[in-house]
Amino acid sequence: MNINDTQFVNILASIIAQSAPLMLAVTGETITERAGVINLSLDGTMLFGAMTGFVVAYTFGNTLTAGGIEGDFLPVMAGLGAAALVGMLVALLIAWGSIALKQDQVAIGFVLTLLLADFANFLGQNFTRLPGPRVKYMPIPLLSDIPVIGPVLFGHDLLIYFAFLVVAATWLWLYKTQPGLRMRGVGERPESAFVRGIKVNRVRYLYTAIGGALVGLGGAAYSLDIKLGWSDNHILGIGWIALAIVIFGGWRPIRATLGTILYGITKALAQVLQQSFPEVPVVLFNSLQWLLMLGVLLLVGSEGIQRLILFAPRWAQRPLANALRVAPPEALGSAFLED
Amino acid sequence: MNNRILRTIWPAVPIALAIASTTLLLVPFDVSITGTYSALWNGSFGSPESTFATLAFCIPILLCATGLLMTFTAGLWNIGVEGQMIMGAIGATWVALKLTAALPGMPHWVFLPLEIVIAMIAGALWAALAAVLKTRGGVHEIFGGVALNNLAIIATNYMISGPWQPSEGGTFRGTAPFPSYALYPLLGNTRFSPLAAALALIALVLVALALSGTFWGLKLKALGKNMRSSFLMGISSEREAIIAMMLCGALAGLAGSVRVASWFDSLRQSISGSIGFLAILIVLLASLRPVLTLVISLVFSALLTGGTQVQLLTQLHSSLSGIIQGMLVLFALLFGDYEKVMNLFRKDKAGQIVTGAEGEA
Repeated sequence: MNINDTQFVNILASIIAQSAPLMLAVTGETITERAGVINLSLDGTMLFGAMTGFVVAYTFGNTLTAGGIEGDFLPVMAGLGAAALVGMLVALLIAWGSIALKQDQVAIGFVLTLLLADFANFLGQNFTRLPGPRVKYMPIPLLSDIPVIGPVLFGHDLLIYFAFLVVAATWLWLYKTQPGLRMRGVGERPESAFVRGIKVNRVRYLYTAIGGALVGLGGAAYSLDIKLGWSDNHILGIGWIALAIVIFGGWRPIRATLGTILYGITKALAQVLQQSFPEVPVVLFNSLQWLLMLGVLLLVGSEGIQRLILFAPRWAQRPLANALRVAPPEALGSAFLED
Repeated sequence: MNNRILRTIWPAVPIALAIASTTLLLVPFDVSITGTYSALWNGSFGSPESTFATLAFCIPILLCATGLLMTFTAGLWNIGVEGQMIMGAIGATWVALKLTAALPGMPHWVFLPLEIVIAMIAGALWAALAAVLKTRGGVHEIFGGVALNNLAIIATNYMISGPWQPSEGGTFRGTAPFPSYALYPLLGNTRFSPLAAALALIALVLVALALSGTFWGLKLKALGKNMRSSFLMGISSEREAIIAMMLCGALAGLAGSVRVASWFDSLRQSISGSIGFLAILIVLLASLRPVLTLVISLVFSALLTGGTQVQLLTQLHSSLSGIIQGMLVLFALLFGDYEKVMNLFRKDKAGQIVTGAEGEA
């Protein structure tokens, strides 16, 4: 029997696939917060993105079919594009409210969280539980034949490869380019950046918009790929998980990606446990993700836990401390007045 | 002159924007716009029954909002108010179903007060958890709150489908109804409880007085303005934060008991009805002013109670009321401050002057 057909490999591959939408959203929010803006609306924006992506792809697909054009590719691209666009617009609204109108970005973000969830349910009400277009499965030739690694990393669709590309590109941009350095400066010390001639608020608008687009895309990656279709509150709660992973990731793209995979592993583990212990009520397994969220935030946030490092062997103390310590961008969430 | 008139009518701008955009939203759905709005009115204040329904629904909203006045004053985002209310509901249910069965000899009148007390304690403890996670664990109260809310919902679902499942063919929907003496006394045939309403109003008055007229209120304000400076003033930020959170949790727990023992007669799935989130919106919109909090609580309650009527008439999704409320708060947050909006138009000139000066230097 081929090892690539075993259940274990299937589970690993599905963990990677399930993590991809979160990866997009988490990377997007990491970019936004690195520039100094908090987009708290993730839960609403992702839900709205999921609804927009599905409804646009579904409607456009029907129009094309009526005109004699078959195939899912164009509708799916339209859906993803529309979701990215609405995510960008929401993010720009938050940036504008905070930068131009000098209002509390956390408050605006929170209201949008609730409002966009209601909007998504309202506008999507006639599109629930319908079969629709989906992203096409596209294993990479040759590479996907490698034992284990092949199907796990290269047996997916374009959107999932794209998520990994986005993470890699973000890492390169942040740490290896001049504009990335300037952007980090805007999030850490906007005053110094401003003195050096960087247009702080323009940079913030730009990266908030890019981040928001990725968040919207992350939502549509669910409805068009990972959790197909649309229903009321289709992916409610996932945006909060994404926001927590950004913190756990210490505002660093690679580490945050590891966080999304860790989340995927927990979900898969819960499923396996659920099958092994059918006598335990299903609802209790749902609590795992929230306990995990509290656990990892405690891990990176609590001074008490970080003091425990002193009990570790001396050689391990420094790497452990480095692994646990996270610090938000210094100017995160505070408006910058250019005058 | 013109400016002064504009400034006076300015608070109407967010309201007008919210109504206009909601109306626009209805256009593609092929429903009668005037019919929708009149159904909204009829379902909320159009008849004595609907008016009492609006008032009854308002009580837990007002309780949560009152609690949030304290936490927001202290600069804390108590998003966990939703879960605190749910834990209150679970606590009250424990008294009404289990304790009444365990203590058959007790006089019946003790159980309602006991329910209220246990509900308040349960809510306060759940809030204390969020507070300690913040002060000791470094977990921001927004994230602690979100996780604890979801855990509370899961706890409800577990109790309903497990230990507290009604004996005769359990559905997944709720527990068995409480004995009648474990319910709030209601006014006639309505779901309105004068006792609960009185408790809510007393709480609002006490909190308003405490925030405006006591040293404790001053300390909370210092805390909300700036953690560091209040620390320098010798205020233990940790202690005040925990107290504010627990008091808010207690009121939310009380709201939970009102939900199970007067609005319903049992613990149900989604018992909170998102009332906690609604209360956050209300307090944001009222900018922490107690009287305005009362007024907006009533309006929001009316929007939700009337929304049920709209749903019956038009078959539209029940999220419509939430959309109106969210739009109101969003527009008020964005455009509520006259000066800041006007600055938007002045800013260009100021910007030019700044760059000009820089060019010379």
